[in-house]
Amino acid sequence: MRELTSEHIESIATGAAVLGTGGGGDPHVGKLMAKQAIEKNGPVTLLDPEEVPDDALVVPSAMMGAPTVMLEKLPRGTEPVEAFEALERYVGQEAYATMSIEAGGLNSTIPLGVAATLDVPIVDADGMGRAFPEIPQTTLTLGGIDATPMSMADEKGNSLFLETVDNAWTETFSRSISVDMGGSAMIAIYSHTGAETKAHAIHGSLSLAEEIGRTIRTVDERAAAPIEVLAREFDGHHLFSGKVTDVKRRTTEGFAQGTATIEGLDAFDGHELTLEFQNEFLIAETEDEILATAPDLISIIEKETGQPVTTEELKYGYRVDVLGLECADPWRTAAGIELGGPAFFGYETEYVPIEQRAATSDIIHTPS
Amino acid sequence: MSYRIGIDVGGTNTDAVVLDESDRLIAKTKTPTTEDVTGGIVTALEEVLGDEFDRTAVESVMLGTTHCTNAVTERRNLNQVGVIRVGAPATLAIRPLLEWPDDLVGAIGGHTTIVEGGHEFDGEPITDLDETAVREFCREKADVVDSVAVTSVFSPVRDDHERRVAELVREELGEEIPVSLSSEIGSVGLLERENATVLNAALTGVIREASTAFRTAMDRHDLDAQFYFGQNDGTLMGVDYAERYPIFTVACGPANSIRGAAYLSGLRDGIIIDVGGTTTDVGALSDGFPRESAVAVEIGGVKTNFRMPDLISIGLGGGSIVREEDGDVSVGPDSVGYELESEARCFGGSVTTATDVAIELGRASFGTTDPELRDELVAAVSDDIVERVERTIDEMKTSAGDVPVAVVGGGSILLPTELTGASEVDKPDHYDVANAIGAAIAQVSGHVDRVFSLDDQPREEALAEAKRLARQDAVEAGADPDTVEIVDLEEVPLSYLPGNAVRLRVQAAGDLRVEGEET
Repeated sequence: MRELTSEHIESIATGAAVLGTGGGGDPHVGKLMAKQAIEKNGPVTLLDPEEVPDDALVVPSAMMGAPTVMLEKLPRGTEPVEAFEALERYVGQEAYATMSIEAGGLNSTIPLGVAATLDVPIVDADGMGRAFPEIPQTTLTLGGIDATPMSMADEKGNSLFLETVDNAWTETFSRSISVDMGGSAMIAIYSHTGAETKAHAIHGSLSLAEEIGRTIRTVDERAAAPIEVLAREFDGHHLFSGKVTDVKRRTTEGFAQGTATIEGLDAFDGHELTLEFQNEFLIAETEDEILATAPDLISIIEKETGQPVTTEELKYGYRVDVLGLECADPWRTAAGIELGGPAFFGYETEYVPIEQRAATSDIIHTPS
Repeated sequence: MSYRIGIDVGGTNTDAVVLDESDRLIAKTKTPTTEDVTGGIVTALEEVLGDEFDRTAVESVMLGTTHCTNAVTERRNLNQVGVIRVGAPATLAIRPLLEWPDDLVGAIGGHTTIVEGGHEFDGEPITDLDETAVREFCREKADVVDSVAVTSVFSPVRDDHERRVAELVREELGEEIPVSLSSEIGSVGLLERENATVLNAALTGVIREASTAFRTAMDRHDLDAQFYFGQNDGTLMGVDYAERYPIFTVACGPANSIRGAAYLSGLRDGIIIDVGGTTTDVGALSDGFPRESAVAVEIGGVKTNFRMPDLISIGLGGGSIVREEDGDVSVGPDSVGYELESEARCFGGSVTTATDVAIELGRASFGTTDPELRDELVAAVSDDIVERVERTIDEMKTSAGDVPVAVVGGGSILLPTELTGASEVDKPDHYDVANAIGAAIAQVSGHVDRVFSLDDQPREEALAEAKRLARQDAVEAGADPDTVEIVDLEEVPLSYLPGNAVRLRVQAAGDLRVEGEET
């Protein structure tokens, strides 16, 4: 157990953008909500999953819908709390703690505001260990946990519940309701027990985001390149360095799909990297080999500052490093690969764990 | 014969030029910028006009000034601003000015409120506007605030609530109170647009003072001419318009350089490098105008999203100090600035500057003494300067392939005539006063940046309306309606939202309306 202050929130937001692998929405709004709530109510208590009793109720909170709407119609601030409390009433039990559904982007910061406002602890865990676009894409789904009962709340005071036959239907219904709520909604979802947190959630997510963020924020440009520091300290792989020379985007069924080309620099001179993305970065390959695919994490950071670059920001001229991180174990099962691997996003590429690719690759640099 | 005067106030120098009807340069001058800004302007006018000049032949004067920029960075002379956000019950999670530096909040008073109202992304009201709350806030702050900033949720889609609030504010606080509406200033992204609007409201007093001071300077020179302010997109605005939108003057300097460089070099598209005494600004020219920045730009420590030129600034200029430590050579970012002529080696001083290196390289010949630098040092510094500039050119390009480059500004001598990434490097005549020329040749522009729903109206109709609004905006800013043309149109579908929403950004520009002509 430890306390999170505004200073920790800054680091979490930066690190969450790395774990967001280019997607997950801008953590900025969630960060400001959390900071304002902490300013008013004091710091947030962070619990290790082992500190949560087995029979305790854990209720994750999150935002869903178009992140761009949130940048204009900022939340009231009470709706994540209302969704949280409504779900407590619905299941007839007081929640012991809240949790993040995804470790990446906006949703890593939304539950911090709930925790600060209600003075409930937040568990140092999440349901992905990264960011993914659809509600069923969690390790909780892989663990057999239902997304519903789910509550949704808007800023007007409306809240409603969903009970669905499976998590895919939860996605279908809640997506259209979030549009009726003005393009974005606050939700409480995937309520589960402390025993289930221990078994199926990804442990240590907020701490990891915080450490990554703090590393980036304090990186000394003269000492070593940010990519080297990040790869060494977080068991990562330096996949590539280069200059963005082309970004092609296309919009299909609401997803911002695209391909970026990066021309190698320094040790990667003479190679060219192709990056496929759909909200998140999904596949990194050179002319000769595939370097990494989802569900492993592919993050782009700005070469000099180490600041994460989102799929929307990527444009010609950016000098970047490509960081590969191993995904959480549940994603590496057959069911996990089906739910978060290349095929789920429509690519024919096969999933091979990043460290196996690194072991045989001429190009990937893995610090020892 | 009639004449125009262009003046550009920079951090180090105030430049002025006189152009004739065919844009020929009649006179130019460079004089140190004074702390009060106005003093330097008076001197520049004196020098550029002399005693003989026929003042009555001066038709217009264009001023690009740092008055507003300085006021924000120095937190000086800012208005007390009443900040009204229309959006409750939404938006309460993040209060206005939350991320502002404390001293800047202190300088504008921190008078804020959030009232009910605003719209959804599709233009439906979130809730009715709470008119009573607006009136109450006004009454409470009646004796405190000098101006009011109004920001409503999704006002780029529908601005009804902002307009109604403006009416209420004027009813309560009088017709004269300056009211800034966010829909007229920034684009989608509430916090950044609100910040820009509040800064704008904070500056209405500063721009009025600047305009009065400048009028006085003109009167002292018996100039009875039309007077315009330069703005961030490299075009001009009339005094009335500038008094409503002072924030649009904060980046007029670099914008003027880009326009001036375009004019002097004949380029329409390419990269412009403006090398000053302390910094080098690299910008892009798109169809004769500065390319706009697509990302939020910070001003005085505050993130904003109104139109600004896309610029990369590097700490390199004619006065940049050269250092050698343990075999490592560095240039800048510190500079001897206006003390070049006493501090630099080429003038007998003791500081090695980038200018000394340029002289050793034979790129310039002035000064009073030989800088006497070692060849290795000269080579190392030159490589460093060229590499940094070439890299910045590359960052400003939008695709592979070489682009034409024009170099202007007093520090142009630092750069060679060949650069990697450049298909040609042009250093046009009068490069040293490109910014003042840019001010003098500027046109007047109008803009619209709004979200339209194509479910409500056909695409052609939406495009026509956007163009009409941009033209109207240009005419309001002082353009001759007969010459206004659409110079830029961008259409971005917002595909993640229903309602077939599309964001249209249109820029129109035209020649200055001649005095006395009615619109």
